[in-house]
Amino acid sequence: MKNQKCKGMQDLLPEDMLRFRRIEDVFRTCCRNWGYQEVRTPTLEYLYLFTATGTLTPSMLSKVYSFLDWDGWSGERVVLRPDGTIPVARLYIDNLSGQELARLFYVTNIFAFEGTGKENRERWQCGAEFFGGAKSAPDVEIILLAKEVIRRLGLSNIALQLSHAGLVKALLKEFKLSPGEEAKMTNRILEGNWQALTKAKSTTPEIDKLMASLLGLKGKSSSFLHNVRTSFPKASQDFKSSLEDLINIATLLDNLGCSYKIDIAAIHGFEYYTGICFQFLAAGEKIGGGGRYDNLVPLMNGEDIPACGFALYVDPIMKLLPLEEEQKGECGILVKGKELAPKIVKMCFTVAESLRDAGYPAELDFIGREESNYRWVVLVSGKEPSPFVLTDCIQRRRREAASMAEILKVVSEG
Amino acid sequence: MKDYQAGYIKLALPKGRFLSPTASLLAGIGLGFQDYSDKTKQYRLRSARFPSLSAKILQEKDISIQVAVGNYDLGICGLDWIEEFLVKYPAGALVKISSLNYGEGSIHVVASAEVGIANLNELSAGSNDYRIVSEYPNLAEAFALNLRMRRFRIFPVWGAAEAYPPENADLAVLWGKSGAHIATQGLIPLERLLPVTAFLIANRESLENKDLSQILMCFSSKLTAEPQTSIENGLDISEELKGSRPLWPAKEINLALPDGHQQAPTAQFLKRAGLALQGYSEEVVSRRPSADLDWLGIKVIRPQDMPLQVANSNFDLAITGEDWLLEHLYRFPSSPVKKLFALGFGTVKIVAAVSQEMPVADIDELRSLVQSNKFAPLKVASEYIDIADRYLRDNHINPYKLIPTWGASEAFLPEDADMLIDNVQTGKTLKKHKLKIIDVLLRSSACLIANKDSLASSDKKEKMEFLTQKLRAGLK
Repeated sequence: MKNQKCKGMQDLLPEDMLRFRRIEDVFRTCCRNWGYQEVRTPTLEYLYLFTATGTLTPSMLSKVYSFLDWDGWSGERVVLRPDGTIPVARLYIDNLSGQELARLFYVTNIFAFEGTGKENRERWQCGAEFFGGAKSAPDVEIILLAKEVIRRLGLSNIALQLSHAGLVKALLKEFKLSPGEEAKMTNRILEGNWQALTKAKSTTPEIDKLMASLLGLKGKSSSFLHNVRTSFPKASQDFKSSLEDLINIATLLDNLGCSYKIDIAAIHGFEYYTGICFQFLAAGEKIGGGGRYDNLVPLMNGEDIPACGFALYVDPIMKLLPLEEEQKGECGILVKGKELAPKIVKMCFTVAESLRDAGYPAELDFIGREESNYRWVVLVSGKEPSPFVLTDCIQRRRREAASMAEILKVVSEG
Repeated sequence: MKDYQAGYIKLALPKGRFLSPTASLLAGIGLGFQDYSDKTKQYRLRSARFPSLSAKILQEKDISIQVAVGNYDLGICGLDWIEEFLVKYPAGALVKISSLNYGEGSIHVVASAEVGIANLNELSAGSNDYRIVSEYPNLAEAFALNLRMRRFRIFPVWGAAEAYPPENADLAVLWGKSGAHIATQGLIPLERLLPVTAFLIANRESLENKDLSQILMCFSSKLTAEPQTSIENGLDISEELKGSRPLWPAKEINLALPDGHQQAPTAQFLKRAGLALQGYSEEVVSRRPSADLDWLGIKVIRPQDMPLQVANSNFDLAITGEDWLLEHLYRFPSSPVKKLFALGFGTVKIVAAVSQEMPVADIDELRSLVQSNKFAPLKVASEYIDIADRYLRDNHINPYKLIPTWGASEAFLPEDADMLIDNVQTGKTLKKHKLKIIDVLLRSSACLIANKDSLASSDKKEKMEFLTQKLRAGLK
């Protein structure tokens, strides 16, 4: 019975949790500062929330954990939440759709089957969603919010990539594929297989040229997009309006001094995006992403409310996050009983309680623990006139103390 | 136990539809399984030619799974069961070696000619909640997902999927010989998912680590020949056929009757009760028999599927076994299905049995044996997954693993399972396979079940009472 953990699941150990909480704390603080409110959705949702076109792709759906509930004889299946955004959109529609504008955030786990069992099947993410509002400004807001969280976490070597789902969809239309073919191609692209598109024959050399320049070039400012617009005057109206949208966002980011790279291939996984798509990379690894999904709320029988959002992936960020010294809990006080006599034990509990009441973490010990991990050690001997010995673990000094008041005084003087 | 030693090769061979063609293929390539025929009464076979080769005859549905989990190195079964497995577990250890070039028909997605679904586009466009019934739930789900159907529910059934549309399902994924064959059942084929041909399959690890070359060589000698896949009739359904479809008007009360072993005794019972039926006797099999009560609709489906179908109001009443009712209620404790009364026939015992060689006499001794870490875990084969699960939990057997089967669990012991939980009539089969009963879980006979909401419904109450009274009169 060596390994009893479920395949693909992970334990978060004390050090992992320190990192996890730090990410969560920074994320929560930033979100609240930007006016976002925290929500939490249930672990189980109905499968049908995720099956419609424009929600999850068939390949993602084939990996959801789904089953019949205890009262599922009617065949309605439930899933372990496979995505963070769709449940929050459902929460918004069910409860908050009266609000013209809703800024929501969440910290949640999502579940997806992974065949080898070597990767995580349960992942954590910190996400924020912006329901309502006009275009461009909310897009920029969520990008900058995500960026602020990443900056405050102290992650370095960060790259921001921009793409645009509307642009990709308009481009795909130019290939004049049958609806079935187009759906297949969309799935391939969302799974990251852009070669499929470059191999497909378009109707005009103009489009091939456009494809080549969009896939081959990586612009670093809105000027690049202006160049694209000028070079392809014959592009479709859909393409032009999507390009205009991307130009607006890119210009705003330029003006705000936010650097990025335009990479049309930086779109993956989610079919629900309709506008800007972005992802953040740290040292080459994806640590978050998001975009605009204007059709999702109406598709889920909500009102015609535009929305955008992002999620940061906690698991890769945890690996990149340095553990700060003061996080390891080396500021606590250890209260040691010299023996297990009832009188001593009682004194220990009383001392620890007084210390905690005064705002100091205090841990009890009766078996002789290593003292080096603590700021102070209080040895309780119970012998009059000085029933306590106080050790300063940093200064390596010991002194006797006659009362609780004396202990508190010394500790507070540091 | 020598089967487990390296060098020994285990082959899983199919019962049923592919038995004869597979037997003649094996005879043709000289694998030396003389006893593999329709008449064989045994499950285990030894090759007269290759001393290291042994085979077991299994239900086709079980073969793909058994090969994937590594209980068998090689197997032969239909492409339908292989794809049913692979579509859900693409990374599973199941490898298709080659088509054996025989088989018949295809798996189709069908709709009732009555509902007016004529093509696939209508399925993905609409916001309807589609009910899909199938013996192939994974294939059915993959189909629905790929088509981006907005809302759908899959009803896995043990069989008789063709009986469900249009009243009890909108679509079915089922086997059909041809488009015309499907049309005769009042159904329209919307898409052909795959042809049902027999395949040679292998376990990935066996293929990577074991020398199977002699056996594979035998197969490949034959398989280079011309493929003889059955030619399928086109799927175009003539307007004529569409016009001649039967109509099934909605009935006030719907009753489900069992097919298979339970059909003959049920027919006798109904006769005693004075319920005159056409198309449901010991000889005649019709999926829709008719009664002389014009408000009564009757369908013939698998008894295993009935409790669920009564729970979701597809039927108001059904004749099934108490065992299947209990299995359903364990799975869905708040289900609105209720037993009205037992009918006194089709009595079986649900028992726990192990190999005669296992040194245990009852479940308590088995628990001690399992606790001594001899099995880790105890493998239990059963067609009653929820009854078996409950029994093992209640008896604190730990750890255990359930192997769902499609009947004939005795074939799994002792190599592929340590214990079975299954129904027996006389116990003779178990004795013949050197198994012994260590516990009787329950006794079960045929019973009449009803949907509680139908019983309480003011529209149905009177007719339900009339019918149950009539059936009660058939009790001896």
